[in-house]
Amino acid sequence: MATKQKHKLSRAARQEERAGLLFILAPIVGFLCFMLFPICFSIVLSFQSWTGIGDMRFVGFDNFAELFTTPTFWYSLGNTFFYLIGIPIGMIIALFLAMGMNRKIPGVRILRTMYYVPVVSSLVAVSVLWNQIYTQSGLLNAVLKSLFGIDGPNWLYDPGTVKWAIIIFTVWKGVGGTTVLYLAGLQNINRSYYEAAEIDGASGWKRFTHITFPLLTPISFYIIITTIIGGLQIYVEINVLATGAYEFTKTAITVVYYIYDVTFNQMAGARMGYGAAISWILTIIILIITLIQFKVQNRWVYSAD
Amino acid sequence: MAKDKSNGSTGEVLSTKAKVANVIITVLLFLGAIVMVFPLIYMILMSLMTIRETISTTFVLIPEEWQWHNYVDIFSDSQFYNGVVNSVIVAVPTLIIGCFTSSLAAFAFAKLRFRGKNVFFMCLLATMMIPFASIMIPQYVMFSKVGLLNTLLPLILPGALGNISVIFFLRQNLAGIPSTLVEAALIDGCGYFKIYYAIFLPLMKGSLATQAILWFMGIWNDYLAPQVFVGRTQRLYTLQLVIMKYFEDNATVANYPKIMTASVFSMLPTLILFFVFQRFIIESVALSGIKG
Repeated sequence: MATKQKHKLSRAARQEERAGLLFILAPIVGFLCFMLFPICFSIVLSFQSWTGIGDMRFVGFDNFAELFTTPTFWYSLGNTFFYLIGIPIGMIIALFLAMGMNRKIPGVRILRTMYYVPVVSSLVAVSVLWNQIYTQSGLLNAVLKSLFGIDGPNWLYDPGTVKWAIIIFTVWKGVGGTTVLYLAGLQNINRSYYEAAEIDGASGWKRFTHITFPLLTPISFYIIITTIIGGLQIYVEINVLATGAYEFTKTAITVVYYIYDVTFNQMAGARMGYGAAISWILTIIILIITLIQFKVQNRWVYSAD
Repeated sequence: MAKDKSNGSTGEVLSTKAKVANVIITVLLFLGAIVMVFPLIYMILMSLMTIRETISTTFVLIPEEWQWHNYVDIFSDSQFYNGVVNSVIVAVPTLIIGCFTSSLAAFAFAKLRFRGKNVFFMCLLATMMIPFASIMIPQYVMFSKVGLLNTLLPLILPGALGNISVIFFLRQNLAGIPSTLVEAALIDGCGYFKIYYAIFLPLMKGSLATQAILWFMGIWNDYLAPQVFVGRTQRLYTLQLVIMKYFEDNATVANYPKIMTASVFSMLPTLILFFVFQRFIIESVALSGIKG
């Protein structure tokens, strides 16, 4: 009797297992075909010299040796990290905005919508738009002239301003998303903490540093991870806003732009292996940063447990 | 009684102070919001200008005569028309099939017991960290080897097999629903697919719709993948590639009104979806941050 029941149960379990595996089959096939296989192939590729046509030639670590001695690679890496300055700037602005919107003021929904609209806008379309805004006789310089009487620079051509122009653009494009996250974080904080602090006579600044900021660390952590992973892959903005810059490869090029350029653009012959090698450096950087953040998280993210 | 009154008045003094602060903050926030939205308004204004007005050395903000016909003319451009069609051809099947495969997998990951479940899930989750730039080269080679480079399939297939962030979000969503529902339905003689279809899919409907909208925005606005896979076949250009093409053409023959008109059009679907469903979209975005 007991064995029969056990048998029956395991049959049900087997049926459940079959259904489960069948239901996740599509994403697993997708994972194997479009993720795992490409990743393995890309590792192999990074040790080859290949134009995409004809035979591959194994070159060992030559691709890596070459990229570490190529100035363009280092420029692209340096610029990519430079553009990340937009992240803390955007986070600080977003925190202020969210704290403002968290008060009892009218029109919060309209405000939130207005700040969020650039987030859902097409990156290509708004990059092209800002390309026009940044021209010598464009909107930005017209505003600077009429408000402050300043003659603005030719933002996208001047190597001194092109990076900042792109950073301003990325902050404009993304600050609404960060604000929404911070606002949700603030609304999640239990009001009783503030009431208790008020009774204890804590000043506004004390309340911020002792309640608001620590309780927002988990969400800040999430914002930092996602924006860094996204920020390291900056490409479209560069393609539209920076290609006219003086000494482009020195002042503005990014890693993804460089990968695309060596792999697909060079008419003299695509360099698939070299491109794959660069892409691996990018992947490793992203993995390391993510791991560091998860390690550091334990130290500075406030947890109620 | 007098005491009560004075208490009330101090309370009022405080609240008027808070009120003044709130008024100042409201004004500042609205000023900032205008700065945020103004570039997009300028985009619409430019789409209604003449070419001469957009490239004039003296800055023009308001068109002298509103060129409404720009919005009609753009459709006579076959490039633009093709771009719209191609973007729809990519987005619709990806979303319909992808939402099915993703929700089915989310149901399995959340409610069914099978060996290797966690390993499979972690594998999928780990792929979120892999940048597209790292897999685009091998994917490009793969698609060219199987002869799919001259089609839109490289843009459809990977998504149609499921989207891990959608799976992740839906799985979180189902975690709160008791598993006894599955057992009860099994006793009633339901098969597993029917349990998904008749019980859990309706339960996921709301969050699936929100995820689908966010996903649609991602597909619609994507640029790098279309550029890699169909960048050499002009008839397959998606709307974003068409706008970029207009922008590149602009360097030789400036035509900003055309670019801006196409841009405004390309942003309409996402903006309309956002305005209609913004409460759910923002909630979902905020939730992903809080649950992390």
